[in-house]
Amino acid sequence: MDKIVVENLKYKYPLTDKLVLNDISFKIEKGQFIGIIGQNGAGKSTLCQAITGLVPLFFKGAYGGRVLVDGIEVAKSNISDISLKVGMVFQNPFTQVTGSKLTVYEEVAFGLENIGLNREEMKNRIDEALNLLGIYRFKDRNPFDLSGGQMQRLAIAGIIAMQPDVIILDEPTSQLDPQGSEEVFKAVWDLKKRGITIIMVEHKMEKIAEYSDKVLLMHDGKVIDFDTPEKIFSRDDLMQYGVIEPAYTRICKAFDIKDSGLYPVTLDRACEMVVKYNEHN
Amino acid sequence: MSIIEINNLHFSYTKDEEILKGINLIFDEKSTAIIGQNGAGKTTFVKLLKGLLKPTWGDVIIDGKNTKEYTVANLAPTIGLVFQNPNDQIFKNNVLSEVMFGPLNIGMDESKAKDSALKALKMVGLEEKINDNPYDLTLSERKLISIASIVAMNTKIIILDEPTIAQDYISKEKIKDIILKLKSQGKLVITITHDMDFVAETFERTLVFCEGRVLLDGKTDYVFMQDEELKKAHLEPPYAAQLCRKLNSDKIYITVEEFIKANKR
Ligand SMILES: Nc1ncnc2c1ncn2[C@@H]1O[C@H](COP(=O)(O)OP(=O)(O)OP(=O)(O)O)[C@@H](O)[C@H]1O
Ligand SMILES: Nc1ncnc2c1ncn2[C@@H]1O[C@H](COP(=O)(O)OP(=O)(O)O)[C@@H](O)[C@H]1O
Ligand SMILES: [Mg+2]
Ligand SMILES: [Mg+2]
Repeated sequence: MDKIVVENLKYKYPLTDKLVLNDISFKIEKGQFIGIIGQNGAGKSTLCQAITGLVPLFFKGAYGGRVLVDGIEVAKSNISDISLKVGMVFQNPFTQVTGSKLTVYEEVAFGLENIGLNREEMKNRIDEALNLLGIYRFKDRNPFDLSGGQMQRLAIAGIIAMQPDVIILDEPTSQLDPQGSEEVFKAVWDLKKRGITIIMVEHKMEKIAEYSDKVLLMHDGKVIDFDTPEKIFSRDDLMQYGVIEPAYTRICKAFDIKDSGLYPVTLDRACEMVVKYNEHN
Repeated sequence: MSIIEINNLHFSYTKDEEILKGINLIFDEKSTAIIGQNGAGKTTFVKLLKGLLKPTWGDVIIDGKNTKEYTVANLAPTIGLVFQNPNDQIFKNNVLSEVMFGPLNIGMDESKAKDSALKALKMVGLEEKINDNPYDLTLSERKLISIASIVAMNTKIIILDEPTIAQDYISKEKIKDIILKLKSQGKLVITITHDMDFVAETFERTLVFCEGRVLLDGKTDYVFMQDEELKKAHLEPPYAAQLCRKLNSDKIYITVEEFIKANKR
């Protein structure tokens, strides 16, 4: 069965007249890693919120169509039920961190308190998540005394500790150093291997290309394409949607290095194909 | 004369941990990127330049003024800082008044401040949102407003702390153009970022911070060839350079454009 089904979804924020989601339909299978790309204002974050049910349960406004998670319609559920199943790391970590907790440890514990875990299990999960994100040594620190990147790591740790079935990450690595960013992609990839469904919004096309099973290209509230990274980044009209190919793809496009009509999108594949091209020319 | 001079700078927030461990630097008019791992001390360092924090030891001299002897207000006409988190900076409920606040605060008259604010908003592409409430705008737009607010003050030194957070390709190009334009006006632009390709495409000089010290300092293409040090600082070379390395090329190009240009025949 499909894990997530979005059918003819339409949405307009209150007090504005623009359809920020304009007839969106797609399906995601359990355990897939889906990348969402598109220019600023395309509707990526709003779509994520519609999958968590925040749209329309928290953000009111005109809503049409359906979003189903495990066959259950989110708009007809309540937020606390959905949040056990679908966790979301928000675009801005500064707003995700509640500020009501005194320490980094308590901040992560906050999300877990509603799940009804015993103390032991809770402590294990928190320690594991903090270690995974490399911030265990700050566990007694006030979250607001962290650097920006450390705070972003905390926001991700908080969701991973909850172990939901579906994890949505909205530009989760924008403030991470390059190695930290790679570590987050690897950690998320491990979760996917364990059957967790991943949806990630990112402007880092090289990473999206490397890790996604499929990429959803959005523009102006619509789905332009939903396909493999090779197919998406081989399109010749990406610029029209304010999107640029991964650096490796850009280089191969400049020399028309392709295979069965598709350009390489990862470092390894680009390297292979450039070597072959050099042998023949 | 050097615009900024840093002598043996040390800084700690608390007794148990020293954050900056002896930094000596001189900044001239070269556009400069600061890169380094999370927690390396980059934001702390630029807050010291702005005078928001004062050295625990050592001196920061901004355009001839030692920050220990001047208030933030004294220094504000010379040095502007765009914060990493726009929510720390934005507090007005109207975009135009937000952007006019800085210029008015350093003594520009009303009409000059408005003129300067409108120009800056146009530069970042938000001229149509002047009457909006910043809190209704998206993160990328709030970030652009905070950039406009500092640009409008027309200071000699402009520091951008992670300006490309949440920005798509088009806005990143716009920010790059703004940096080049400010540089052509003779300003010193210092930018913290984790986007290595953006650094390679935009800055003449690059500093690598690592655990409170400056690990590397030099021309950007030189810095991006020091693979060992970059690794130590939790960094990576730009993507084009990674491809060059993997291909065992003799020459390392740090931008896609250079790679393509050099290999076209
Ligand atoms: N108010 C504070 N109190 C105590 N420690 C702090 C405070 N602010 C920052 N720190 C610590 O100082 C160190 C340097 O922080 P800083 O914000 O300068 O890092 P940064 O290099 O800008 O990192 P990032 O890339 O994540 O933004 C970090 O380890 C951070 O946890
Ligand atoms: N709370 C809100 N109220 C009104 N309009 C909003 C709100 N949040 C986002 N929008 C608008 O909805 C559109 C899509 O925004 P968003 O989903 O944040 O896009 P993206 O994540 O792709 O940048 C934009 O035009 C944005 O200005
Ligand atoms: Mg968004
Ligand atoms: Mg910082």
